[in-house]
Amino acid sequence: MGKIDIKHVDLYYGDFHALKDVNLEIPANKITAFIGPSGCGKSTLLKSLNRMNDLVEGCKITGEITLDGEDIYGKNMDVNHLRKRVGMVFQKANPFPMSIYDNVAYGPRTHGIHNKAKLDEIVEKALRDAAIWDEVKDRLKKSALGMSGGQQQRLCIARALAVEPDVLLMDESTSALDPISTSRIEDLVMELKEKYTIAMVTHNMQQAARVSDKTAFFLLGEMIECDDTTTLFSMPKNKKTEEYITGRFG
Amino acid sequence: MSKSIAYFKNHPFAAIVKCLVWLAAIITAVVLIFLIGFIAVKGIPNLKPSLFSLKYTSDNVSLMPALINTLIMTALSLVIAVPIGIFAAIFLVEYAKKGSKLVGLVRITAETLSGIPSIVFGLFGLLFFTTALGWGFSLLSGSFTLVIMILPLIMRTTEEALLAVPDAYREASFGVGAGKLRTIFRVVLPTAIPGILSGIVLGTGRIVGETAALLYTAGTVAKVPSSLLGSGRTLAVHMYVLSSEGLYMDEAYATAVVLVVVVLLLNGLSSLLAGRLMKGQK
Repeated sequence: MGKIDIKHVDLYYGDFHALKDVNLEIPANKITAFIGPSGCGKSTLLKSLNRMNDLVEGCKITGEITLDGEDIYGKNMDVNHLRKRVGMVFQKANPFPMSIYDNVAYGPRTHGIHNKAKLDEIVEKALRDAAIWDEVKDRLKKSALGMSGGQQQRLCIARALAVEPDVLLMDESTSALDPISTSRIEDLVMELKEKYTIAMVTHNMQQAARVSDKTAFFLLGEMIECDDTTTLFSMPKNKKTEEYITGRFG
Repeated sequence: MSKSIAYFKNHPFAAIVKCLVWLAAIITAVVLIFLIGFIAVKGIPNLKPSLFSLKYTSDNVSLMPALINTLIMTALSLVIAVPIGIFAAIFLVEYAKKGSKLVGLVRITAETLSGIPSIVFGLFGLLFFTTALGWGFSLLSGSFTLVIMILPLIMRTTEEALLAVPDAYREASFGVGAGKLRTIFRVVLPTAIPGILSGIVLGTGRIVGETAALLYTAGTVAKVPSSLLGSGRTLAVHMYVLSSEGLYMDEAYATAVVLVVVVLLLNGLSSLLAGRLMKGQK
């Protein structure tokens, strides 16, 4: 059993069949990468793991997704609590128009922590974990919007870590960044897997090969192949996978 | 400079457009400066201490009661209209289904209301608040009439401000496990505050400058009433009465100066407030 188990999941946006009978296991303390061409459903699947798809009108999902064996679409699941356990970092850095400190403290405050000393501690720890503490420790009260793109994205990671999730979802989180920022975040992600389970969507196959332990390849809403990253990239079983990773389409 | 002359030689049309743009800007500025200057020249010499005495008599033609009434009316109308307008906008943007019939209906109603001449609101206020509800000519009737006038304005500007808040902020907030209410009050509203405040400033401008709707509802009594159910004139109405009587033109200009200053102060106050609320955002 993985940290997250996805069983026979179908997902529809209105009439559009976006995910077709997807089965996948996301193992704990590993990095699982979702790759595939645009519109293949990889982001859709990622967003259904913390129910961000609930916000999309006309979105319907069938099948079962469990987190530690618990059905996340079950009746007893509190969505806000689920999203606390399964944090998300988005494609574009989206810090709130608040101070750096308030950005990171937003999550813990949401979940009822108001003690100043406790918040200070959480904020520092999250910023350290996101490898940005040294750059921002002298300007915690300054607006987050004054930071560079790469710093903003690491701040968003810190914000997600501050609520102490089990799982971190990353939706093409480096696609808008320069190569140096990208490699910093890749290094960071590889450190984070010690403590967290990570699922990432990426357009960049080299990135998947460099960073992830396990890779799943998607095409037109179907999961074509899923294997250890080294195996999938060196000897893919499916012809489509081979064509994609060798750059013949996508 | 020589470079730009060469550029315009080759692009005569660009030169014409540039001239027109400058001309338009200059005309706008000149008209405004002339207006303010005219009022200042005619009004400031007539500002006498007696104009500010607490009681109005036909000797001193004091504008003080009208000034106090203006402030009361502004405060009362805003206290009622702003929360309702903001909550209505929150409903339309955050809760109502996108493209639903109700949203369309509310939007059309609001747009129609903001296009209606104020005298029509005055007549409605006279029939409804003054007569049907029996509030008589009073600050209360006047304020409620003004509320109906500025409500659509505040709702629409707030709606635009909320729509301008990027969805990425909402996603980020939901993403750490915040609920809808928290997302709206901690993230969306604070981000939208400058837009909301500009709506409130416009609304304040309409309240302070309104005459027609108030003649029928708040009346023209030149004193501060003992309760909200008493009649009282605002500065704009005071000006209207003075100039329509034709006996106190100098005082009317002095009143105009005070009115302009009041509007400036209210606008300054709201941008100060915006600065306070936006602290940490810039």
